[in-house]
Amino acid sequence: MSILVIAEHNHNEIQAPTLHTITAGVQIGGDVTVLVAGHNADKAADAAAKIAGVKAVFHADAPEYANGVAENLVPLIANLAGDYTHILAPATTYGKNILPGVAAKLDVAQISDIIRVDSPDTFQRPIYAGNALATVQSGEAVKVITIRTTAFEPAAESGGSASVSKIDATGDAKKSNFVKSELSSSDRPELTSAKIVVSGGRGMQDGANFAMLEKIADKLNAAVGASRAAVDAGFVPNEYQVGQTGKVVAPDLYIAVGISGAIQHLAGMKDSKVIVAINKDEEAPIFQVADYGLVADLFDAIPELDGKLG
Amino acid sequence: MKILVAVKRVIDYNVKVRVKPDQSGVELANVKMAMNPFDEIAVEQAIRFKESGAADEVIALSIGAPQAQETIRTALAMGADRGIHVEASHDTEPLAIAKIIKAVVEKESPGLILMGKQAIDDDSNQTGQMLATLLDYPQATFASGVEIAGDKLNIIREVDSGLEHITCPMPAVVTVDLRLNEPRYASLPNIMKAKKKPIDALSLDELGVDAGQRLKTLKVEEPPAREAGIIVDSVDTLVDKLKNEAKVI
Repeated sequence: MSILVIAEHNHNEIQAPTLHTITAGVQIGGDVTVLVAGHNADKAADAAAKIAGVKAVFHADAPEYANGVAENLVPLIANLAGDYTHILAPATTYGKNILPGVAAKLDVAQISDIIRVDSPDTFQRPIYAGNALATVQSGEAVKVITIRTTAFEPAAESGGSASVSKIDATGDAKKSNFVKSELSSSDRPELTSAKIVVSGGRGMQDGANFAMLEKIADKLNAAVGASRAAVDAGFVPNEYQVGQTGKVVAPDLYIAVGISGAIQHLAGMKDSKVIVAINKDEEAPIFQVADYGLVADLFDAIPELDGKLG
Repeated sequence: MKILVAVKRVIDYNVKVRVKPDQSGVELANVKMAMNPFDEIAVEQAIRFKESGAADEVIALSIGAPQAQETIRTALAMGADRGIHVEASHDTEPLAIAKIIKAVVEKESPGLILMGKQAIDDDSNQTGQMLATLLDYPQATFASGVEIAGDKLNIIREVDSGLEHITCPMPAVVTVDLRLNEPRYASLPNIMKAKKKPIDALSLDELGVDAGQRLKTLKVEEPPAREAGIIVDSVDTLVDKLKNEAKVI
């Protein structure tokens, strides 16, 4: 077996979802090769070579790979596919955007968002917002798979000594053009890799009230998340959303504040190790998944919690 | 310009799905079905483009059991002009769906193909991207903003790190995200009118698509249940439990 992992990176560093994906590759077995496609991404390629478990790194460097445009990356990856039994990418917006095109180009089925490797051809994945788990077997010559990062531990960023080989770019498909990104900058940990997440819902009533959660998050070195209702209401930007269609998180501690707990939200956080729910409605479904529930008005409880955390 | 919107019939998002006792799948009999919510957003966007004059015709396509025609009727009641139904198994995989849509695109030559970014049943998030690759069209996934500017599209995409702005020429495939718009409810007169709108039936044979299964579902099971938690009486107790029992802070 031979595994090709498509790296998500910012040209300087390999991003965390890739580390989890490499672990899934190691579990499948065989040699893991990482593809770093970018522009002036030497540092990222060198970083990939140091990750434990990586046997080789391919580095494709061209302007058309600068912004992760799928139409440019699909032919590059599909050209490499002949040498691999498995092509993996994280089930992030980056990986989800690119990998189905690779599968289509190769005329093979894709398996999305796996949470367990049973054997090199059999995998488990959630369906129906995680309300059912399907075990799926693929007979395809190349298995094209996205990885739910929370289900696999991250590979160590050091300990590997893979070789980096340059590979040829496949050209600009001249389809869609990147214009610009609007990124929110924050010194807090990234939502999907934070050990603690503090999330707010519709009960927060206003975006300004998220400042209360941010204070707690800073004391706990936590990330701040939100339910769809809070994002739809414009309290916080889309990248805060936790749920079936937003981000999936599984921190050691998840504190849900003013979140009722629709199944679509639970799908994104119910694998957290410890769940705390603070809600004034004792009937809220969030209490059914919470390890510790506090029935209270969040506008009393959160300032008090902030005080008690010192 | 024509817009083709692909719509899927799925279990209603409010229904708690139940796994069949024999682990062969989830219970679909006597369960409320509805249009995939993401596809509803795609239909709404297509109708808005028609209302603004950017499009002349909106075609709703559904692939699946005969009852998928009900889903097409929902799109017609919202304001789509006509429907196309391709009868196929409920379990048809995204790659086959993409091939079927491609065959329909080749017959109809739409300038824009819209669909939801994922269906809430199998949560695959594959079909739009596969279709774009098969057609060799530009793709814009997870769109929360779509604007037609002449023969180009200006798109805002929701990505993990925030928002991304892209442009692409048409024809193109766009998959839509939750915050693109709020779909309208069909009015009673429009529901009545929709009954008279045409739905063409096409078969897999006519389209020349092999929709055979590539993957085998060995079993479908319930996720492990979480152990029941406790209700704490105060913030003090909560902090104590988190420090000394769960040891997470």
